[in-house]
Amino acid sequence: MSDRNEMFEKLAKVIQDHKEQKGALMPVLQEAQNIFGCVSEDVQKVIAEGLGVTLSEVYGVATFYSQFSLQPKGEYVCGVCLGTACYVKGSQAVLDKLCEELEIQPGDTTKDGKFTVQATRCLGACGLAPVMMINDDVFGRLTPAEIPSILEKYKAM
Amino acid sequence: MDQMINVTIDGVQVEVPAGSTVLEAARKANVNIPTLCYLKDINETANCRLCVVDCGGRTLQAACVLPVTPNMVVKTNTPAVREARKTNLELILSNHDRKCLTCARSQNCELQKLCLDMGVEDGARFDGAKTEHTIDLSSPSIIRDNDKCIVCRRCVGACANVQKIGVIGAVKRGFKTSIESPWDKGLGEMACINCGQCITACPVGALTERDETKPVWDALADSTKHVVVQPAPAVRAALGEEFGMPIGTGVTGKMAAALRRLGFDKVFDTDFGADLTIMEEGTELIDRIQNGGVLPMITSCSPGWIKFCEHYYPEFIPNLSTCKSPHQMTGALIKSYYAEKAGIDPKDIVTVSVMPCTAKKFEAKRPEMSHNGLMDVDHVITTRELAKMIKAAGIDFNALPDEDFDKLMGESTGAAVIFGATGGVMEAALRTAYELLTGSELASLDLHDVRGMEGIKEATVKVGDLDVNVAVCSSTGKAAELLDAIKAGEKNYHFIEVMGCPGGCVNGGGQPIVSSTVRNWTDIRVARAKALYDEDAAKTLRKSHENPEIKAIYEEYLGKPNGHKSHELLHTTYEKRDLYID
Repeated sequence: MSDRNEMFEKLAKVIQDHKEQKGALMPVLQEAQNIFGCVSEDVQKVIAEGLGVTLSEVYGVATFYSQFSLQPKGEYVCGVCLGTACYVKGSQAVLDKLCEELEIQPGDTTKDGKFTVQATRCLGACGLAPVMMINDDVFGRLTPAEIPSILEKYKAM
Repeated sequence: MDQMINVTIDGVQVEVPAGSTVLEAARKANVNIPTLCYLKDINETANCRLCVVDCGGRTLQAACVLPVTPNMVVKTNTPAVREARKTNLELILSNHDRKCLTCARSQNCELQKLCLDMGVEDGARFDGAKTEHTIDLSSPSIIRDNDKCIVCRRCVGACANVQKIGVIGAVKRGFKTSIESPWDKGLGEMACINCGQCITACPVGALTERDETKPVWDALADSTKHVVVQPAPAVRAALGEEFGMPIGTGVTGKMAAALRRLGFDKVFDTDFGADLTIMEEGTELIDRIQNGGVLPMITSCSPGWIKFCEHYYPEFIPNLSTCKSPHQMTGALIKSYYAEKAGIDPKDIVTVSVMPCTAKKFEAKRPEMSHNGLMDVDHVITTRELAKMIKAAGIDFNALPDEDFDKLMGESTGAAVIFGATGGVMEAALRTAYELLTGSELASLDLHDVRGMEGIKEATVKVGDLDVNVAVCSSTGKAAELLDAIKAGEKNYHFIEVMGCPGGCVNGGGQPIVSSTVRNWTDIRVARAKALYDEDAAKTLRKSHENPEIKAIYEEYLGKPNGHKSHELLHTTYEKRDLYID
């Protein structure tokens, strides 16, 4: 809890630093996401009040840009590339299998907070298509059948 | 004098002031460029792209926000322009729930009219995936059906820019964009003040009032119920529009006749309640000034403003007059004074208020707006809902004779009728307070300083030895501005009138919806207010304290203004409300 209090203290300073600046909302949201890992409702309320804008405005910007996350991300963020090369090599089936195994939809996080599934744009590893990244680990030339064993490894960690 | 600029619109040369938009210049050339998202002073975001024109550049441009430049040549009617507009319209239509037959806005829908005008033959040309939404039923006043929303943002402009509330906004992006409150909350879970300015801004049927005509019809059909109705001052200045009359036609007599024909057992008038409000509020003001009460005192007739104050400026709650609003006063007296006089059990009485206002629906349900366990007002319907009832009943409104309201609570003065326009309550209060304090009449009963559509008006009135400083503001955005100035110590007043909607109740969220094609060029508030000021000027009695029925009720029932009985029936309390409702 004290961690979270510290985070809010950091946020207060960020807001203070940007308050007078035009277009302060974007940088404040970005820094807030860095501090908290996501911009949840309570964080957005503090930003709205601090910058003197409405919660609607904060939420509108936070949902417009895909880099902002409204919910905390899982310990392991699994990004399946749906870029052109990966897609034609069958990455949709990989993503579907991943969602099936974890019982969540793309963009969501498992209840235990362990995994987040994301459909991403090109990861720049087209030669390995289809590609998935779990945090900084890259998995290439994937088939859906490999997904359960990969997940097992991370579940055990 | 503004610098003038020459432009050519479709071969016609016109001269317009610098800073004019192409849309304005075109109008001067008698060309009506279609618009949809544009609502003057409320939403100027140029996102619907229906007003595109050819200015000779590489791409078509949005006329609603494009300023004219010297010797500009504009073409508004080329095949490319027509094609672009039509395609944009069809794309909007492709994600619109086209249940036009049963839509509240059918025949008064700007999208429908544009489709007709532009000859959209098949609305389904681009049909594909549709965004799906659930209807937001959480508010006591306003219903949002996002399947009909075309994301024009006019409601957002009204809420965020005009009213400075912003409980709705654009959420997500691209095809998924929708207008809603943050975090999937309903309007009823937000610090929404129920003013309904979003409804009157909406070009389609995405926003409507919560319909209460059904329980009113049910009560009228129930022989065991005694149904008593009262219409607000501003209703009579706008109801005629629903029956094809020009904006600004006063229909007081026809309205009373229509209410009687609908089957109401008694047709009283909220104007009576307005006169009574002046007696109570005027007395309260004098008491606060003479006995060191909290000043400035701020009027409490507008429930949108009251809820705004409770949510956003709770520190001003002690400044609010404790008077209930006029229709709540009248409602309380219908179930006490009238019930007693007529020998009817108040439990059998159903009170119905016809209001220009959607916030009144919330106000009537506030638990403190009751007496002996009975609500002062059982149902609130808007001007629009009354018009629907009159049409459903087959009453030929235009052919109705002028009739009077029923006696006991149907008499009113000119001071009461102007309650419907910004500045009206102040003017009415000053007419009476001046006379009660000095014993002589104001030099002129027409107080022009507090009339007109400016957002904030100020005046100083010499009452005896005292210079009374007053301010009048309309729209909560302007109220916020004024309250901030008071907090900063820049302003000092004795008495402030606040109406929650811009221009006052004549422009309330429950009034007939006027198309942007009219609103962009004429101030409907001025026309409607004029109907009220004309009625005031034509009255023999123009000061609330001269109303014979007001004199009678104090003699026979209430005793004196702000007396014991008044406090029991006519005054109320307020509560601090949070900014976020969890």
